[in-house]
Amino acid sequence: MSIKTTHDLHRRRFTRNVGVGLLLAAFIVLIFGLTVVKVTSTGFMMPSSVASE
Amino acid sequence: MSDISYNTNIHEGEAGFGDYFALLKPRVMSLVVFTAFVGLMAAPVGVHPLVGFASILFIAVGGGASGALNMWWDADIDAVMRRTRNRPIPSGKIEAGEALALGLALAAISVVMLGLASNVYAGAFLAFTIFFYVVVYSMWLKRSTPHNIVIGGAAGAFPPAIGWVAATGSLTVEPLLMFALIFIWTPPHFWALALFMRSDYDDAGVPMLTVTHGRRATRVHILAYTALLAVLSLGAAFSGLGGPVYLAVAVVMNLLFLRGAVKIWRRDEVASEADDFAVERKFFKLSLLYLFAHFSAIMVEALLQPYGLGGWG
Repeated sequence: MSIKTTHDLHRRRFTRNVGVGLLLAAFIVLIFGLTVVKVTSTGFMMPSSVASE
Repeated sequence: MSDISYNTNIHEGEAGFGDYFALLKPRVMSLVVFTAFVGLMAAPVGVHPLVGFASILFIAVGGGASGALNMWWDADIDAVMRRTRNRPIPSGKIEAGEALALGLALAAISVVMLGLASNVYAGAFLAFTIFFYVVVYSMWLKRSTPHNIVIGGAAGAFPPAIGWVAATGSLTVEPLLMFALIFIWTPPHFWALALFMRSDYDDAGVPMLTVTHGRRATRVHILAYTALLAVLSLGAAFSGLGGPVYLAVAVVMNLLFLRGAVKIWRRDEVASEADDFAVERKFFKLSLLYLFAHFSAIMVEALLQPYGLGGWG
């Protein structure tokens, strides 16, 4: 049987974990969005090594 | 084995997410976000909204990294000063080493990501800004010269220029004017704070002008810099940044700011202590409004441009 009481320390640790998790998720979404914008922009050019394949 | 176990990883000072956020100096970061945004908007180049958003975000993260590294280095001073003793490190919520690690990690991420999102010049400019704030200002100037605020103020003045470079990839006279506005504005802003925070900088051994040259000299310096700022601010009205809206704002704000500086200059310590530095406190608050109004006016001029209304036509 585990102890159910939640200490303030647990709450602080939880907010920290949730915060880091949300930040990482937002970072992934941002990188994906930036990639789409860069690849679909008119000035985008494939690297020469890829383009010649 | 007992049901009751003791987790030794938990210690009283364990920080929550908000404590780490406080390490990034969110109030300074809000100024960085605003001025960098204006720099980006004022640039005569269209930027994709997501690229613009990412650029501002990573400039802000770079500013936050500078704040964390500053708090790591200045933890001893912060513990002495009333204004800063509740910051995460002196209050025991976060260890100094954690702040160093967070600051370095965020600095690297922000520089690389700004370089990738906008251009390499903006990334390099952000790296230089972080270096300037942490090494030149925090580590070197702050504890060694009464001109710490004057030269160190450059670090806080770079963000609008970084925003401009993120959009255009080049540096012209307009971003330099925005830089100069904040650069000349910073000393009177901080010296007013030093006047009414009185013993804080004395106790911490920071050679502020109030400590090294006296409070009378500080009052004279505030007036001199405010006069210089008025010339610069009104001159900028006739550059590519300015226009009728900016000129109107600059005239009103500089009149108010000059009047405040003259009041500070004419007062002595007896009069200031009698009303608990009311004039100095009011001048400090006005300085925040002064900068906000100027950069808002620059943004309004930029937003009016597409309709043929911004600038001098």
